[in-house]
Amino acid sequence: MMSYWYAIPELYRDLFVTSVLIVIFLLALMGAVAYVTFAERKIIGYMQVRIGPNRVGPRGWLQPIADALKLLTKEMILPSKSSHFLFRIAPVLSIVPALGAWAVIPLTEGVQFSNINAGLLYVLALTSMGVYGVIVAGWASNSKYALLGALRSAAQIVSYEIAMGFALVGVLIASGSLNLTDIVNAQAGGITHWYWLPLLPLFMVYLISGVAETNRAPFDVAEGESEIVAGFHVEYSGMGFAVFFLAEYANIILISALTALLFMGGWLSPFEGYAALLSIPYVGVHLFEFFSLILKIPFVDVLLGAGPHWFFIKTSFIIFCFLWFRATFPRYRYDQIMRLGWKVLIPVTLVWIFVEGVAIAMQVGPWFD
Amino acid sequence: MCGPLLCTDRGIIDNYKNYIDMLQNYVPILIFLAIALVIGVVPLIAGMLLSKRVPEVAKDSPYECGFEAFEDSRGRFDVRYYLVAILFIIFDLEIAFLFPWAVALRDIGIPGLLAMAFFLTILTIGFIYEWKKGALNWD
Repeated sequence: MMSYWYAIPELYRDLFVTSVLIVIFLLALMGAVAYVTFAERKIIGYMQVRIGPNRVGPRGWLQPIADALKLLTKEMILPSKSSHFLFRIAPVLSIVPALGAWAVIPLTEGVQFSNINAGLLYVLALTSMGVYGVIVAGWASNSKYALLGALRSAAQIVSYEIAMGFALVGVLIASGSLNLTDIVNAQAGGITHWYWLPLLPLFMVYLISGVAETNRAPFDVAEGESEIVAGFHVEYSGMGFAVFFLAEYANIILISALTALLFMGGWLSPFEGYAALLSIPYVGVHLFEFFSLILKIPFVDVLLGAGPHWFFIKTSFIIFCFLWFRATFPRYRYDQIMRLGWKVLIPVTLVWIFVEGVAIAMQVGPWFD
Repeated sequence: MCGPLLCTDRGIIDNYKNYIDMLQNYVPILIFLAIALVIGVVPLIAGMLLSKRVPEVAKDSPYECGFEAFEDSRGRFDVRYYLVAILFIIFDLEIAFLFPWAVALRDIGIPGLLAMAFFLTILTIGFIYEWKKGALNWD
């Protein structure tokens, strides 16, 4: 058996192994996406003093699978006046960028499918492609609600993409690299070195833009039920709708992962950089004894050190924030959304980029060296 | 001295190998995108195969509040959407300019900063002009 395997040229073996890993990774990602929808219903349920879905499986844990099976067997309506080809490919245009961007996301140092120099540029390029799915779906549906929803969504997405791009420029100035691994490593040195603190305004801008980019509450006028029903995907049913739905949640996970990588130190441990505490007289000795005791417990040193688990925890936290926002904030009006994007976030980022650029070029500031 | 693409102290062949090495990093991305495409398409095809299609005139008509649609829905819409699109292109280009500058800022120092400050000043003047003209107003 093994001899057959080694008879295959190395190149094809590598390609095969890579493909299998990618399939496993993407299926796991889709599973995660399905369970983010479940988490959303549960979390928002508890925030509204309900218990959320609890009928399918133990405590409702099989709910996403039941939803998927239900949508799989539902009729896929093809509106008679729609542009059939565009109508069918729009969901695909929406989900491929949301999944494809993961090709360069490092889970921890060295664990990623491709470590390219232009990693962040690739991610930004792919996330920008997502707007095509929205536009094409709205146009192809040939329905007033869908078209209005698509216009609103598209205008909102591109507006916030500018603020988001400027926020990323700030990260690039601070890290001096487009490579995602390098960006994380540039944040090494403890929780106060992660860019959320030195680049606090940009972090806020990025987070707000991320929520607006994914058309989530409180920026979800594109699917404001009381105004234009479901927005651009109003004509979609069955699996067509499901794929749009998955794309939206895949985008949430992607944006959260990017926030964790760019502003929250990715896989770096928050317990890093406190060695100085041990040199404090008297207290330091006790701290040292405490830590040497703790670290004797198996795996604790692994858990406290840098690793993919921190990346998952941080990503999950930001996903939780996305759901929290939805449960907390009332919906913005459309003109307020556009005003926030153009008249608040863009000027803030411009000013901060200027400040940061001066600090770097003059080589001042404790954070920028 | 080796840059991301070119090594100044190497021959053409070695530089070519360097370039191929860089391209090889993109092969997994290509496979990744292809598989992502498959994962996007398979549910749709499965949905088409597994679901029963029962066409009906009212069901297949565009969603309206119980009316027949008066006219084609691809009518006129607000000019401000065009305006946003145009402004977006300008600012997105600006970001495309800023990306390489931001990465290289440590190396190019103050002259680089001044050059970009000049460029950004012009753009900011344009931005203020748009603002004063009311291009960013939605009410």
